[in-house]
Amino acid sequence: MSGEAEEAPVEADDVPDFQQHRLARKAERSGADALRDDVQAAAAESAEPEETVHLRVFRYDPEVEDKQEPRYDDFHVPARDGLSVLDALIWARDQYDSTLTFRHSCRQAVCGSDAFFINGRQRLGCQTQVSALEEPVRIEPLPHSDVTKDLVVDMEHFYDQMEAVEPYFDSSDDPPGELEERKQSPENREEVKLATRCIWCSACMSSCNIAAGDNKYLGPAAINMAYRFAMDERESDDVTERRFRTIEQEHGVWRCQTQFSCTNVCPKDIPLTEHIQELKREAVKQNLKFW
Amino acid sequence: MHEHDVLVIGGGGAGLRAAIAAEEAGADVAIVSKLHPVRSHTGAAEGGINAVLREGDEVEMHAYDTMKGSDYLADAPAVETLTRESPKETIQLEHWGMPFSREEDGTVSQRPFGGLSFARTTYAGAETGHHLLHTLYQQVVKRGIEVYDEWYVSRLAVTDEDDPEDRRCVGVVGYDIRSGEIAGFRARQGVILATGGPGQVYAHTTNAVANTGDGYAMAYRAGVPLEDMEFVQFHPTTLPSTGVLISEGVRGEGGILYNADGERFLFEGGYANNAGELASRDVVSRAELTEINEGRGIEDDYVHLDMRHLGEERILDRLENIVHLAEDFEGVNPLEEPMPVKPGQHYQMGGIETNEFGQTALDGLYAIGECACASVHGANRLGGNALPELVVFGKMAGRHAAGEDLGEPKVPVGRTDDSEEGAVETPVAPGAVDEGEDLAADGAGDDAGDDAGGIVEAAVAAERERVELLMDREDGVNHADIRERVQETMAQNVNVFREEDGLKQALRDIRAAREDYQDVSVTDPSRTFNTDLIHTIETRNVIDLAEAITLGAMARTEFRGAHWRKQYQARDDENWLKHTLLSWNDGSPELWFKPVVLEGELQTYEPKERSY
Repeated sequence: MSGEAEEAPVEADDVPDFQQHRLARKAERSGADALRDDVQAAAAESAEPEETVHLRVFRYDPEVEDKQEPRYDDFHVPARDGLSVLDALIWARDQYDSTLTFRHSCRQAVCGSDAFFINGRQRLGCQTQVSALEEPVRIEPLPHSDVTKDLVVDMEHFYDQMEAVEPYFDSSDDPPGELEERKQSPENREEVKLATRCIWCSACMSSCNIAAGDNKYLGPAAINMAYRFAMDERESDDVTERRFRTIEQEHGVWRCQTQFSCTNVCPKDIPLTEHIQELKREAVKQNLKFW
Repeated sequence: MHEHDVLVIGGGGAGLRAAIAAEEAGADVAIVSKLHPVRSHTGAAEGGINAVLREGDEVEMHAYDTMKGSDYLADAPAVETLTRESPKETIQLEHWGMPFSREEDGTVSQRPFGGLSFARTTYAGAETGHHLLHTLYQQVVKRGIEVYDEWYVSRLAVTDEDDPEDRRCVGVVGYDIRSGEIAGFRARQGVILATGGPGQVYAHTTNAVANTGDGYAMAYRAGVPLEDMEFVQFHPTTLPSTGVLISEGVRGEGGILYNADGERFLFEGGYANNAGELASRDVVSRAELTEINEGRGIEDDYVHLDMRHLGEERILDRLENIVHLAEDFEGVNPLEEPMPVKPGQHYQMGGIETNEFGQTALDGLYAIGECACASVHGANRLGGNALPELVVFGKMAGRHAAGEDLGEPKVPVGRTDDSEEGAVETPVAPGAVDEGEDLAADGAGDDAGDDAGGIVEAAVAAERERVELLMDREDGVNHADIRERVQETMAQNVNVFREEDGLKQALRDIRAAREDYQDVSVTDPSRTFNTDLIHTIETRNVIDLAEAITLGAMARTEFRGAHWRKQYQARDDENWLKHTLLSWNDGSPELWFKPVVLEGELQTYEPKERSY
């Protein structure tokens, strides 16, 4: 990006004013209060640089004049054991630049908010250790998505595709009773178990070449959702049949070219490609059955 | 202005269940949530749902376990509602497709949990919350319920009577995170707060970054009492470096805690001679910290939780998620070595005062889930009782707000003839910094007459003014500095063990944070996805809640459940079988009490000595 050269890396001797101000305030307080190690590290850092990790982060804001042209900013964050990419981003935001924007919430790989393009691959920021990456760690928004601001992408298309497969349990058979569950064999539960782990992070959709070229393609996450219900023995046969019609449509399972990119990036290790293949096989069987 | 019959604020388990119930009762309902619903922290719950489903188990036993676990500070009618309704609600989740773990005969699996007399914790691997959250969201999609996602509700629209109990909530003000638009939401029938817990008040917490207690703080400042806020649950098994939760399910399945000397200290140290690792959470957390403080911790910081003896097959079948969490967030493979664990903030037992239908003291305002206090957990929540709370009281509030007649509630809200005024001495004044001019002290009434639309518009105007002020101010203090100081003082001084001097120090630190907050400013000038602004508004909520927790902790001069005081080492039933309530009182907090309700329909729960 052309803006990159203009943005000088943030070195200890070249710290922006606002950052100096904050570090000075922190140093002031660290005498009086018992603060966390990392805060003390920040105070120390303003005196002499210690070991840091180097982040290079994509920046863009349609509303702010010097961010309308996408650029990359460099941040040097104190290194520590167990530092995740998300931790490093939070540090950079809270200590250096509070305009740095990204989604995150649970910090433990279950809310699915913080899928980014990290060193050229879709990963969850919280689940990715900085020590396992080459520096500078390049952090960009998910490819094949509209960028809202910095690392935040527009998720609407992803949500629309998920909703297109009727992502809810359905059955035309009445449940057995108010206090009695539908029976499901442990084997059947095992069959759908991995599919139910999806956290809607959209890493798979972002990695998929087919989805990138065909905006109507349901995509791996939505097809996996369809798999989760189609394979669940508790749904009635008429519903299963309806599900196969949905996934067999023009932009459904047959578009997948088994490149495994979705499977490779899934942070919950869901065998997405296998599930898509399984649905293709089942679809053929279903078609034979209804002929 | 947006307009609906019922507005649900928050898209976690409680909010989604409430929306489904309101929709089924015929109401036009919408969910307004600062996160997309599937991002909610319900998804991080691991262990399970306590429900009486099997022969040999009884609702009476679940109710008794819960009252005992609460150290006799829960209200029996609420507890009996929870235990009576949980079986139906749990099976309802199954009927909606929730992928529970299964027995060979195809029925849903249950396992033992701390403080339970029967293995009634119904689970889906070690990721029960994830499945509950997604199952409920699927039903919301199925019903076409409108969701305003990434809309941050920052203010309630209430009438301006002097006495908060005369006030009425007619809507909320929302901020569209994507566009920066501030809009009014009018609720024709009711507003249901389902905004989750306040874990971000503490430095070491299992809670998400989004858990800033927004609902409690908005309600509190609008005049709704907060109840029993001093009761904070510290979960005994969290990963030391991140606070990530390691489910009680590990101990439920047979996991063992060891100190640095390799002793199974819960037994050998005499902390819980019968139940051992499956004593209730307050007991186990204190035991761990006592071991660590007396030099028997590992690296003076944690103890070991070992589950290797369960065998790989059983672990992968029932606790696979724990293996991933320990590997990803602590670098430990629990199939080969014990996991380091220590107590971390986990759950707020107290909350917005409600009855068993979720109604608050303000007409038209409900609260459910962690942000509410019905109260079912009293001084200590049992593991596996939070998820049923979400669905049971979510359903109750949704139906009630939609106009269904649920009968007469038995838990009183607001001041009654039985309540008594209280006082607590504090080293610094609590409450608003500069009464009348504290622009962030929103909520308590908008002088716009009786017209509901006008009241919402007035609240929108007030919120616009606050946001403009925060955005326009130059060279102010960064919210992150303030929040961090509050989190640190709470983690140090209002933790598992509480001492008088520490509590006073916390109040001084919170006061200093409050004063600094008067100069807070937002650096990011953008209207697009301005998380700097959102976090700044949240930080004000963190300050108010930290103060409420600490005031409650100062006031309660006894040791009950999760609330341990160095100078008061015994439960004092003579003086303290009562709930602590705190009213904001337009900036000058008032302390008062109401008696605990120990009389249920099933039985009266006479306080007994609590041992495990």
